[in-house]
Amino acid sequence: MRELVIVSGKGGTGKTSLTAAFAALAAQNGGLALCDADVDAADLHLLTQPAIRQQTDFMGGGKALVDPDLCTGCGICRAHCRFAAISERFAVDPIRCEGCGVCVHFCPERAIAFAPQRCGQWYVSETRFGPMVHARLGVAEENSGKLVSLVRREARQVAEDRGLKLLITDGPPGIGCPVIAAVGGATALAIVVEPTVSGLHDLGRVLDLAAHFRVPGLVCVNKFDLNPEMTGAVEDLARSRNVALAGRIPFDPAFVRAMVQGQTVLEFDQADRARRAVRAVWDNIIRSPAMNPARIVDFRQTIR
Amino acid sequence: MIVSVASGKGGTGKTTLAVNLAAALGRKAQLLDCDVEEPNAHLFLRPEISHSRKVGTPVPLVDADRCTLCRKCAEICRFNAIAVAGRQVLVFADLCHGCGGCTLVCPEQAIAEVDRELGAIDFGTCAGPDYVGGRLRVGEAMAPPLIKQVRAAADPRRITVVDAPPGTSCPVIAAMHGADFVLLVTEPTPFGLHDLRLAVEAVRLLGIPAGLAVNRADLGDDAVFAYAEQQGLPLLMRIPFDRAIAEAYSRGQLLVDADPCWRGQFQALYRAIETLVRQGGAVPCANS
Repeated sequence: MRELVIVSGKGGTGKTSLTAAFAALAAQNGGLALCDADVDAADLHLLTQPAIRQQTDFMGGGKALVDPDLCTGCGICRAHCRFAAISERFAVDPIRCEGCGVCVHFCPERAIAFAPQRCGQWYVSETRFGPMVHARLGVAEENSGKLVSLVRREARQVAEDRGLKLLITDGPPGIGCPVIAAVGGATALAIVVEPTVSGLHDLGRVLDLAAHFRVPGLVCVNKFDLNPEMTGAVEDLARSRNVALAGRIPFDPAFVRAMVQGQTVLEFDQADRARRAVRAVWDNIIRSPAMNPARIVDFRQTIR
Repeated sequence: MIVSVASGKGGTGKTTLAVNLAAALGRKAQLLDCDVEEPNAHLFLRPEISHSRKVGTPVPLVDADRCTLCRKCAEICRFNAIAVAGRQVLVFADLCHGCGGCTLVCPEQAIAEVDRELGAIDFGTCAGPDYVGGRLRVGEAMAPPLIKQVRAAADPRRITVVDAPPGTSCPVIAAMHGADFVLLVTEPTPFGLHDLRLAVEAVRLLGIPAGLAVNRADLGDDAVFAYAEQQGLPLLMRIPFDRAIAEAYSRGQLLVDADPCWRGQFQALYRAIETLVRQGGAVPCANS
C-alpha cells in the first residue's frame, strides 16, 4: 500500500481541492482510501460528503480542577505551576493548563482532580471515491499530532482491510507538530505551492523538514500564471532540493465554483482547462518512480 | 492595544491584513509574527533585523552520580519525557513540556534544567512599524511556548498587530489569548465558512471582541456574509479579488504601497476596531 501525503507549508494553496480531485481520478483507476490529516481545520469532507459509519472519541490528557471545598488556599499549586494557569482564588484556567499534573501531585489536601478530557472525535466513513478516515479536533485543544498519527494509522488499516493499494492523505499546513506527524512514513509527498514570496519561503522550510524523513517529493505549482517568474523560482528551488516537478495548474475560478457545489473540479462542468492540468499533474505523480507499486525506496530520490 | 489577526483556514489573507494594518499605522505600531512555523510578514515589511535572540524551553538534565533510580521523575511526568531503563535515566527532550515536575519531585536534587532550542525571535525596524517575529526551529514540534515568548517580547506602549497561525488549536490560542480584539479573516467559500465557524468558537471561548474581514470577497457565494450577520460579527473590510492585488502580493508588495487609497482604508479599519473595543463586550453569543 502506497501513501501519498499532500502538504504545502503555507496554508490555502489548494491542498484540499487537489486532494479531492486526485481522489476522483484514482477512484476511476484501481480505487483508494482517503485520510484527512488536517484535523485542526478539516475541510475535505465538504467535497467528499462522507457518510459516517463509525465515530470514536479522541481522549487527551487530563486537566486540573480544584475542589474549593477541599482547598485550604496554601498556594503550593500556584507556586509550582509554570503556565500561570491557577488564579489567586485557586481556579484553574483550562486554556492555560498544560495538563502536566504537577499541581495535582504536590497538593497536600489532594484537592485537585485530573480527569482525562475528550478533545475530539474521529470517523470512519464512506464516500463516492472510497473509504475515508477523518477527525475533528475540539477548538483550543492540544495533541493534534497524536490525532494525526491516529487517523493515518486507521486509514492505512482500512485500506489494507479492503485490499486498496493507494491512500491519499490531505495534510495540515505549517511545519510543526501535526505536520511532523503527517509526513513520517509517507511513500511520497505532493507539495502544493503558490508562486508568491510567501509560497517560496514556506516551501524552503517544509523541504527542510521533509529532508529529515528521507521521503521523495513532487512539487506542483498552483495558480502558476499569477506570477510566472515566481513559478520559475519555485521550480528551481524544488530541483535544487532533489524534488521532482509534477506540473503547473492555472488560476481558475472553477475551483471555487466547484467547491460551492460540493464537487471536485474533476466532476464540475465548465472547467476543461483546470481538469486537463489536474489530470496531467496526477499522471506525473502516480507514474513517478517514487510512487512505484512495489514501494521500493530509492534514497537517491529523496528530498535533500 | 493588541489586535490579533486570525483565521481557521490557511491562506485567507491573515498576513496581508496584518502587515497592511501595521504599515498603515506607521511608527506607533509593531507587528508580531506569531505564525512561527511559516513566518511571512518580514517578506512584506522587509525590516532591517537589529538583533535576534534564541528561545528555549527547559528540559531536565540528570546527574547520574546523585540519581538513585527511584523513578519518581518518571512517575510524575505525564508526557513520557523521562524514563528509567536499566541503570540509567533517559530523557526524551522532544516530548518535554518544561513543567519542572521532575526537578521538583527528585528527592536527591539530581535533576537540573537546561534549554532545548525552540527557535529564535528577530527584532527589527522598517520605515513604518517595528517588527518582532518568531521562527520555529525546523524539526521542532512545539510552537506554543515560542509564540508565548514572542508575545512577551512586545513593546506595550505600541499598538500591537499579531499575525496568528492558521487553525484553531493551541498555537492559535497562544496568539489570541489576552488580545483586545481579534480580526478574523476569511474568504467567502464553503472552506472559508466552515473554518470561520471554528475560529468564532475559539474567539467566544476566550471572550474577546471580534470583527470580520472578507478577502477575495467576490469569489464564492454569500453564505459567509449571511453567517456574519446572523452571528452579529461586524463586517469591517472587504477586499475584492483583483489580479493586480494578487500579483502585488506574489511579489511581496504591500497593498498600502501598491495603491495608496488602501492606506486610508486600513486606518479606517483601525478606527472601527478602536470603537468596537471601547464599546466592549465579546462577540454576542447568538443561537449558535
